[in-house]
Amino acid sequence: MSKKDRMSGNEAVAFAIKQVNPDVMPAFPITPSTEIPQMVSTYIANGECDTEFIPVESEHSSMSATIGAQAAGARSLTATSSCGLALMWEELLIAASNRMPCVLALVNRTLSGPININCDHSDGMGARDTGWIQIYAENNQEAYDNFIQAYPIAEDKRVHLPVMICQDGFITSHAVENILLEEDKDVKEFVGEYTPEEFLLNPGKPMAVGPYSVSNYAMEARYNQEMAMENSKEVIIEVARKFKEKFGRGFELFEEYRTEDADYIMLIMGSAAGTAKQAVDDLREKGIKAGVLKLRVFRPFPADEIAMALKNCKAVAIMDRTESYNGHGGPLASEVLAGLYRNKVMIETVAYTYGLAGRDFTVETAYEIFDEIKDVAENGKKVKQHRYIGLRSLEGDK
Amino acid sequence: MDNKGIEIRWHGRGGQGAKSAALLLADVAFKTGAYVQGFPEYGPERMGAPITAYNRISNKEIRVHSNIYTPDLVIVVDETLLAAVDVTKGLKKEGAIVVNTDKSADEIKPLLNGYEGRVYTVDARRISMEALGKYFPNSPMLAAAVAVGKVMDTKQFLDEMKASYAHKFAKKPEVIDGNMKALSLTLEELGEV
Repeated sequence: MSKKDRMSGNEAVAFAIKQVNPDVMPAFPITPSTEIPQMVSTYIANGECDTEFIPVESEHSSMSATIGAQAAGARSLTATSSCGLALMWEELLIAASNRMPCVLALVNRTLSGPININCDHSDGMGARDTGWIQIYAENNQEAYDNFIQAYPIAEDKRVHLPVMICQDGFITSHAVENILLEEDKDVKEFVGEYTPEEFLLNPGKPMAVGPYSVSNYAMEARYNQEMAMENSKEVIIEVARKFKEKFGRGFELFEEYRTEDADYIMLIMGSAAGTAKQAVDDLREKGIKAGVLKLRVFRPFPADEIAMALKNCKAVAIMDRTESYNGHGGPLASEVLAGLYRNKVMIETVAYTYGLAGRDFTVETAYEIFDEIKDVAENGKKVKQHRYIGLRSLEGDK
Repeated sequence: MDNKGIEIRWHGRGGQGAKSAALLLADVAFKTGAYVQGFPEYGPERMGAPITAYNRISNKEIRVHSNIYTPDLVIVVDETLLAAVDVTKGLKKEGAIVVNTDKSADEIKPLLNGYEGRVYTVDARRISMEALGKYFPNSPMLAAAVAVGKVMDTKQFLDEMKASYAHKFAKKPEVIDGNMKALSLTLEELGEV
């Protein structure tokens, strides 16, 4: 039986960690994810779970210790944000290439500079090519549900990759909202016991983790890693279906909100998706066929599935909460556009950058965007293909 | 509270407990079966800096995750903010504002940029000193938010807060009665709103 409760996104993830009771959690505090290790260590101190907590001196060390513990055969995780994730950069690649099924609870916060503690996706997007699976949440409920699904995905023999569970800093992590919590035994049953096939602390089967690889073999290792990422898509879908069967909620690769007959679709990730859905309901009342495609899984990137979901609409607004500094759009825009082209879906698109460093994304901003892409599709309005929305001054942009 | 629910904006200074009050309000409103949201807006984190916190309370699921620009109710935890922040910005005319001050509503009105809606004042310092012997404005202001916002029945509010304080102050039971007194004194002084 689900229990109705209310808690913040950080509390929700800490609660899920307590229920899953992983073996080892090394962590170093950084705003806005600090509460996660803080709350987990309180659960440990109160005897509510027996995870081994390792306080370390930096995020470089927290990810190193997570990898070490996972390689030894322990179910491991850490949590971080922003610069903390950046400091893990080298280890993120090592975790993925050594095929460690560990988990990272990421609370998305912008990267410097200007130095700022608020939400955008520049930390997670900076790690997009490190070989981690990345799953994003709209709210505390999804952060909780996604965390419960993380190990079953990561540990699947077809995958064996690390998983990043992402939620928006402050907007989700520090907002108290309603949530449905599942019983400990149901969560434990869903996640299952961890039985690694091969691990360092196995005297019967000695092995090495992370040795040097000569050029004759290194490329095959990368190929295998890419195959695992491709395989993970079906595993993510399977786990999501199993979760929905058991607990009655959730989405697979993305959520399609009122898109079946939509002319205008906003493609967006994270907490802003809820705000966009409100705008869609308001616009539908005025007879405008708007919809939202909320991306849940960014890695692996469901390029073909997205293209198929968009193929019948007239125009799509692709919303990036980060900047690529490439002169033509954020990472979401680049990948969605590549998928549309390969699938010969030639609809109108505009790539928007929004919400950087905590800039608020409002229902009114969403109206403005829908209005603009409607104008582009219906009247052929010419707009820059890469636009900033919600700036104090739009000089030079319009 | 109608179907569209209520949106509340809190203005305080870092360290005064405005954020905690917003989270407590979400917590206590949840007990009525409502959908709730309580969240702070963080700027530079330092004692004394103006901070904002928000509540949405509704009978329908809350999906919007933006700040609140046209609140139904504004709570000002620190009177000195009236000179520094446009606290009535976007506040609905049919809404209300509650200011923590020893002045009367009529004295405060001229300081509210021509705001035409209802104005209430609560002397949270005097109430807190009388009830707790210390200045913690957030309990009186929480009671005021519940009463003026008609968030829930005040009797149910007091019952729920008693349980909540008993849990929160399990290691400091001596402050439970004081906080309860601060809540009921505020409700008495506000009277019918």
